[in-house]
Amino acid sequence: MTKDQIRAVVLDVIAQIVPDEDLTNLKGDVRIRDQVEMDSMDFLDIIMELRKRYGIEVPEDDYIQLATLDGAVAYLAPRMAHL
Amino acid sequence: MIDERRIVITGIGLTAPNGNNLAEFRENLLAGKAGVGKIETHYMGEVLAGVCHFDPLKYQKKKELRRGTRAGSIAIYCAQEAIADSGLNFTQLDKSRIGVYLGITEHGNVETENEIYALKQYNYDVKYWSHHHNPRTVANNPAGEITLNMGITGPHYTLGAACAAGNIGLIHGLQMLLLDEVDLALAGGVSESIHTFGVFASFKNEGALASHPDPHKACRPFDRDRNGIVVSEGGCVCVLERLSDALKRSARIYGEIVGYAINSDALDFILPNAQRQAECMNLALKKAGLSAGDIDIISTHATGTQQGDLQECQAIRGVFNNASHTYANNTKSFIGHTMGAAGALELAGNLPSFNDHMVHSTINIDNLDPQCAIQNLVINKPIKVDKIDHIMNNSFGMLGINSVVIVKRFGA
Repeated sequence: MTKDQIRAVVLDVIAQIVPDEDLTNLKGDVRIRDQVEMDSMDFLDIIMELRKRYGIEVPEDDYIQLATLDGAVAYLAPRMAHL
Repeated sequence: MIDERRIVITGIGLTAPNGNNLAEFRENLLAGKAGVGKIETHYMGEVLAGVCHFDPLKYQKKKELRRGTRAGSIAIYCAQEAIADSGLNFTQLDKSRIGVYLGITEHGNVETENEIYALKQYNYDVKYWSHHHNPRTVANNPAGEITLNMGITGPHYTLGAACAAGNIGLIHGLQMLLLDEVDLALAGGVSESIHTFGVFASFKNEGALASHPDPHKACRPFDRDRNGIVVSEGGCVCVLERLSDALKRSARIYGEIVGYAINSDALDFILPNAQRQAECMNLALKKAGLSAGDIDIISTHATGTQQGDLQECQAIRGVFNNASHTYANNTKSFIGHTMGAAGALELAGNLPSFNDHMVHSTINIDNLDPQCAIQNLVINKPIKVDKIDHIMNNSFGMLGINSVVIVKRFGA
């Protein structure tokens, strides 16, 4: 997957988790939870969806790297390059 | 009795398989319109069930729906509708003085079954088990979802009481008002049971799951050929408050809860008992200071099982043998068994009788079982009577729990 494709995947997962939110103007370098109504349980849904859809395991210590959209794409790029 | 010690119903929110508010529900009960259909369930294929068709997005965001349970969604819809119906200015109420008390038959089976079903595709690897499972399956979930949705900070919990639970939600709400624990109670019952295959499978293996080529005719209490229960979802939440508060704000009063009783058979896991049911009805009459002849409508519990219906009919005969003006009806014949919601929902459908003087019927009786031929059973068509002052609502459940609520027309 390319970085653009990964970004689209992450946005799709977020859209599923916060279906009432408009993600059109979601900024890549600002914490996702500061831009949309999302709590820790919702965040865990991102982890779960990545596991279910792509078999990606994100260790708890790495959760912080998925705090922003840009951070998530950078973190996932090497792990999803083969997909 | 002083007005502070009298508890009245001033708002009703409900969803039933044949109506999403009291007016619609009542209209269909009087029109003989049932609400049973067919659904697909895991492992069993097609089963008969009563499905509610309210719009959950009327009061919830999509995200709330995703996070919560069906029981929670039903509960929120009913609670919001009840508040809207009551005419209360909700924003100005002290939310710490509102209590939420919901009867449930069971809770958590739906989520657990669905999680296990979904886990199969991951070869039962529990790392795919939802982190939402615990908050969805805790027993207070449906009541708690109401508080989250409405910002209520008073007490909330559910009351597990099998199929007697709807009545018991109402009784508990009344008791909390009398104890001055709250100033307003959102009380009633909910059920999401049609979304669990286990309830259907268990009834089927007990020989107690109804079948009929026409789903609307499947639930037929008191009919000779009745063959079991139709499982349904549903909910009913009532706004209960002290009469003094209701009068202060010139509220519309549906009725006053003047009598109630809860007792236990102490005999069997499943089979009901006529003697204990009769004792429960008599206890409620005594608490209300009424005699059997004062009751105008008995809203029966009968579910359409061979043995259960007989027991209740025997109990009613024992209590009401000299009550020539007491009519009996049954709501499950229209909507099936809404389990934890049944008590509250079946009572609510009868409350308009105080004003329209109509007694809705029990439908689907083609051949009345002679053993169920209780006096003044209203069969297949509603009847008009001169006055309705008192309604007795029966609700009984497994493990031998019986509950009876008596509501009086306000001003009678």
